[in-house]
Amino acid sequence: MRVKILYFAWVREKTGKAEEVVELPAGIDTVAGLVAWLKEQGPQYAEAFRSAEVIRAAVDRRHVASHARLAGAREVAFFPPVTGG
Amino acid sequence: MAVRVQRDAFDTDWEVKRLTAGLTDIGAIVTFTGVMRRNNEGRDVSTMTLEHYPGMTESELERVEQLARQRWPLEASLIVHRVGTFGPGDGIVLVVTASAHRQAAFAAAEFLMDYLKTQAPFWKKEAGPHGERWVDARTSDAAAAQRWEAE
Repeated sequence: MRVKILYFAWVREKTGKAEEVVELPAGIDTVAGLVAWLKEQGPQYAEAFRSAEVIRAAVDRRHVASHARLAGAREVAFFPPVTGG
Repeated sequence: MAVRVQRDAFDTDWEVKRLTAGLTDIGAIVTFTGVMRRNNEGRDVSTMTLEHYPGMTESELERVEQLARQRWPLEASLIVHRVGTFGPGDGIVLVVTASAHRQAAFAAAEFLMDYLKTQAPFWKKEAGPHGERWVDARTSDAAAAQRWEAE
């Protein structure tokens, strides 16, 4: 499954990219699974997701919890807790 | 009813006039402006840069506006949020609510701000004499949003 991944704020700075398209290996079917897989993709990913519990996720532009499933997802985003307003 | 994300400064008077033109059942208009402070948590801040998630931001702002409209009888509402780089004193966010009576307009404006702060995907980075740092989310903001769920 091909999915577009976006990174914002310090997650973007640590991964070194704003977005990328990845081919997910079979078996990666939740947000938490994707995070675990990303952490193996290089030291910058390991560092970005080191405190994975503070990082929030959105699937197709909706907030989701880490156990959310990725089936049918086109876009997954990772970011710190929001600080607008 | 409208939400907008923009780089440019907003003019509150003009926004209110445009939002409420021709609406004659309005008895109360509340405007809230969030402004950049020089000092945040004891640190001097010279500039602040706001980034967002285009597409998701607008849909989250529309969602919180819809939630407010389900709770209060609003005649009109508006959320304008800026992105880009700001200096102290610059307006960052504008919320306008209009209703027949003031209670709904006050409550809805507060609700919109509380929800926006915890739901809309914006991130602030401060720069000053101490260097740069991403602003941390405040637990007080999460608590402010949660109290609406208890009511």
